[in-house]
Amino acid sequence: MAAVCFMVTMVLYFVATMSFLAYLLRRSEALSNVSLAITAAGFISHTVALVIRMVEVSSTVPPSFSDALSFFSWMIILVFVLVEFRHRIHVLGSFMVPLALVSLVSSAALPETVPTLQPVFKTLWFHVTLSMLGTVGFTVAFVAGVMYLIQDRLLKSKQFNVLYSKLPALDFLDHLNQQSIVLGFPLLTLGIVTGAISAEFARGSYVSWNPEQIWALVTWVFYFVVLLGRLTVGWRAKRAAYLTVIGFACVILTLVGVVLKET
Amino acid sequence: MHLIVVGLSHKTAPVEIRERLAVPESRLGEALTRLCSYSGVKEGILLSTCNRVEVYSVVDDVETGYGRIQEFLADTHLSLSSEQLTPHLYWHTGDRAIGHLFRVAASLDSMIIGESQILGQLKGAFEVALAHKTTGVIMNKVVKKAISVAKRVRTETKIAEMAVSVSYAAVELAKKIFSDLHEKTVLLVGAGEMAKLAARHLIAHGVKHVRITTRTPQHAVDLASKFGGTAVPFDQFKDDMASADIVLVSTGAAHYLVGAEDVHRAVEERMNRPMFLIDISVPRNIDPAVRHVDNAFLFDIDDLTQRVEQNRAERVQEAEKAERMVLEEVTTMLDWMKSLEVTPTIVALRSHVDDLKRAEVDKVLARLPHLSPQDRELVEGLASSIVNKLIHRTMVTLKAEVNSSNGPAFVEAARRFFSLDQHASPVQQIEPYVESSRYHAEGSAESSAEDPVSEASVRKRAC
Repeated sequence: MAAVCFMVTMVLYFVATMSFLAYLLRRSEALSNVSLAITAAGFISHTVALVIRMVEVSSTVPPSFSDALSFFSWMIILVFVLVEFRHRIHVLGSFMVPLALVSLVSSAALPETVPTLQPVFKTLWFHVTLSMLGTVGFTVAFVAGVMYLIQDRLLKSKQFNVLYSKLPALDFLDHLNQQSIVLGFPLLTLGIVTGAISAEFARGSYVSWNPEQIWALVTWVFYFVVLLGRLTVGWRAKRAAYLTVIGFACVILTLVGVVLKET
Repeated sequence: MHLIVVGLSHKTAPVEIRERLAVPESRLGEALTRLCSYSGVKEGILLSTCNRVEVYSVVDDVETGYGRIQEFLADTHLSLSSEQLTPHLYWHTGDRAIGHLFRVAASLDSMIIGESQILGQLKGAFEVALAHKTTGVIMNKVVKKAISVAKRVRTETKIAEMAVSVSYAAVELAKKIFSDLHEKTVLLVGAGEMAKLAARHLIAHGVKHVRITTRTPQHAVDLASKFGGTAVPFDQFKDDMASADIVLVSTGAAHYLVGAEDVHRAVEERMNRPMFLIDISVPRNIDPAVRHVDNAFLFDIDDLTQRVEQNRAERVQEAEKAERMVLEEVTTMLDWMKSLEVTPTIVALRSHVDDLKRAEVDKVLARLPHLSPQDRELVEGLASSIVNKLIHRTMVTLKAEVNSSNGPAFVEAARRFFSLDQHASPVQQIEPYVESSRYHAEGSAESSAEDPVSEASVRKRAC
């Protein structure tokens, strides 16, 4: 049953991605509502799929890395829907829905046997949720950064094309970038702290210096510096956009590190 | 009843003729009353703007109506004769008249396609006509429809969305850099006309703080009081640049006033907050090398013009969509007008034959006083049945032909066969004046122009 729902979700996200990309390249605004509706339908079926899966494995924590990626994809859409409600920036969907789709497809491609956590951590769902929410924050910052760099390039080269007209104002993108990090960073910090505490309980040491933890720490330090730079020496606008794109690469490396370690 | 339009516009007449024919708002009411005093003119609206003078009217006969209105137009100005006007006028009736009104309202016939002012002017003209009771059923319906068509065109096409003036293009670009202009500061260097206009646009879009510098200190102070801003000494403006989000430069200087270094320093001082620089001067006053400074966005007059040209081209594309909408709406309007003509005919026919029947039955019954009530009823029933059978086919045919091209001919035939025009009572002029207030509320609810100080309005001031 869960598998069917995931299949449906994937198809819906795929259609939504196509629709959002078409929206991006066409003058008409008409496609935005269609794309949003398809995304919403996908989100509902995704939610159902996740709940069924949770009941099946009787755990609130994604038991495998595949499940975690699916959960991550779900959270990207959730955050997109929230931001969309707040700011009505449809074009965000053209960037975030494809990311959610990629995440969900990778989830399907991974074997369910790759575990995310030692069995002993099963109750610590908040470590997983917090770290993931933090990561979603960085994902939004990355998307805002990419959009910023595109719009910056278009303005600089005076290309007033469809993309230019669809993308929001530079300072909005910079603000979105900042907000996502401001929200994502404390969440990731809490995620890391709760993870370390539970590790202490399970293994008797806070850190075990495996690649996953090292990359997580590198990511944390990186975003800490980015945030500090913004607040003190004005690392905003184009520089902030570049930095968040690099930061997101760190996040991806962390995830790849986990997968490589476990397979 | 025929709807006709006679008028001239920027497309057919030079400004010398238009300005002489234009009727000032204060004299609009008087002119309308004069218009409706011509025989055969039932309803009328006078649309008088800098770009057009048009009379929309409902008349009994098209040809006579054209003549009367041309006479009326010639009479509005002493120095104009009917013959002088003829080469500049256009005349439309029926679907072409309705189509013309719809196109005018939707700003498809405007000098700048998609400008928003014409709709307000049409509403104004309609209100004056309502106040002077020179409109009736047909005109009210057609003008209201024109207004709704214009709104539909505005919402369903992008005809009015894009900036088509250089000064307004600056606002459009500013909005791609700053999402909210409210807390932004604009620094005006020099006081070229275009820059002042752009500054006015920016203020209309929320910019709160204006700083002005010119070579002549007094000039800057004067302008500052006009814009509600602050004057800055000319030799200090470069140090002031960091506080400005938008810098508008237009001086007569023959060299670069602002170099890349200056901008670089300003951006650094602003902790990398983006800066929007507009150089409307020719020769240019901002070093083009500023383009390479991160977080500074420089646009010169050519960039703005390029943007305007693109938008104009797009508006023309959108106008094609709008034309199709107008065609659709004209068809529905025509259907309505045709049915309007048939309905009073049917009513008149019915009452005419009922009168005849009543008279004949009364005559017969008076001669047959001995009949029992049942017999009297029978006689009456017989008369009714004959009359109904006689006019049945006529009624059915009239209703069936309502929307065919022969509709008016059938109505005309029925009227002549039954000599209805001698009996018919007037059916027009029944729309109550209350309409005006309702219409007004509708009008004010609609959000006004996207560009509050459009070129059109600037033009209006000029007119």
